[in-house]
Amino acid sequence: MTTPSQTVGPYLAIGLPWEDGPAVVPEGTEGAVWIRGTVTDGEGNPVPDAMVETWQADPQGRFDHPDDPRGRVPGFRGFGRCPTQPDGSYEIRTLLPGAVPGEGGAVQAPHIDVSVFARGLLNRVVTRIYFPDNAEANAADAVLNSVPQERRGTLIAAKTADGYRFDVRLQGEAETVFFDV
Amino acid sequence: MAAPTSDKLILPRYRRDPEGTHPPLNSPGYRSTQLRYPKQPLVLLPQMLTEVTGPLLGPGRVGELDNDLTRQHAEEPQGQRILVHGRLLDGDGRGIPNSLVEIWQANAGGRYRHIGDNWPAPLDPNFDGVGRTITDSEGRYEFTTIKPGAYPWKNHDNAWRPAHIHFSVFGQAFTQRLVTQMYFPDDPLFFQDPIFNSIPDEKARQRMISRFDYSRTTDHWALAFEFDIVVRGRDQSVFENEEDEEE
Repeated sequence: MTTPSQTVGPYLAIGLPWEDGPAVVPEGTEGAVWIRGTVTDGEGNPVPDAMVETWQADPQGRFDHPDDPRGRVPGFRGFGRCPTQPDGSYEIRTLLPGAVPGEGGAVQAPHIDVSVFARGLLNRVVTRIYFPDNAEANAADAVLNSVPQERRGTLIAAKTADGYRFDVRLQGEAETVFFDV
Repeated sequence: MAAPTSDKLILPRYRRDPEGTHPPLNSPGYRSTQLRYPKQPLVLLPQMLTEVTGPLLGPGRVGELDNDLTRQHAEEPQGQRILVHGRLLDGDGRGIPNSLVEIWQANAGGRYRHIGDNWPAPLDPNFDGVGRTITDSEGRYEFTTIKPGAYPWKNHDNAWRPAHIHFSVFGQAFTQRLVTQMYFPDDPLFFQDPIFNSIPDEKARQRMISRFDYSRTTDHWALAFEFDIVVRGRDQSVFENEEDEEE
């Protein structure tokens, strides 16, 4: 009986952006990094009317949520939201997530869940950001390993001077891996 | 929730929606999908901790007049004043309390307060078309607004969007995140709208249409429409280990 999804359309910018949306953590937070990237379409052109949302664990791998079976840890919003600019870019300031328990006693490599909304997307598309610093954990991560090897790289952010770069290619060459949740 | 054990996590699981509930990302009738839909198959993501949790956004996000789009300026906006109300529910009919609901819409003439919208209907200085609220303890929400107008777009010859209000909800988990559009009953423009008609299942499509609610109209004040938003339901408790489940 679920209500169907519909596109955000071209005018999400009047309703959805928040002044503090890109700030998962406030300015000046120790250890904060910027995750920046560009959303592009099947011709490689920037998508200027998209919105990127992020959801993640805190640096200890915990969530401020009652369904975290280890108990809720209040204080870390864990959520970021940034509309894309005319050049298709977005940015999120956050803390790196910790490793998160997975299935059967396994550990998931640190990751951030991402939703992308845009005109022309009738439903959100979902992807994950992983980090290049965690090569060993990434190699053992069940989700990453479920992705064809030649496409795995699209899920791994690149290191930059003040954080990471994570581009979202909706379609075409080096298309980002998207998940069915 | 259940206590953690040494090597097992007991997590809720969100049921996947039946085929045809949501629009295919590749919907050629809606031209803007064509350069934006992923061509590679989606990879199945098991629901683990990051997916069964989600942002709990509530108080602090919403100002006092944010759910009354007719009182955000010095004077009232043009148009038919309406109450839009309903419940945010999960797939089992349980109300989702204390959850953020965001809306945005065109004005009575069908124009959005957005730099990219330049069709020749006037902007209304008394209408922004943006609202936010938090559901109450039973998942109820309500907005006072004006009925948005239909507007033309360039998708096909003589294309018009049926009047609609955009809704964005979070529910309680990443898997429940939903953005949709609420339509009005008996809109004559449905037949030619590829966005409305992108939903394959006829019954699912009808769930995007609000119900005229005479019982909530206010004499000499406002008409009323009821619109329930249903996000995915969850199983009460499931062992994370598939083998255990089958035993």
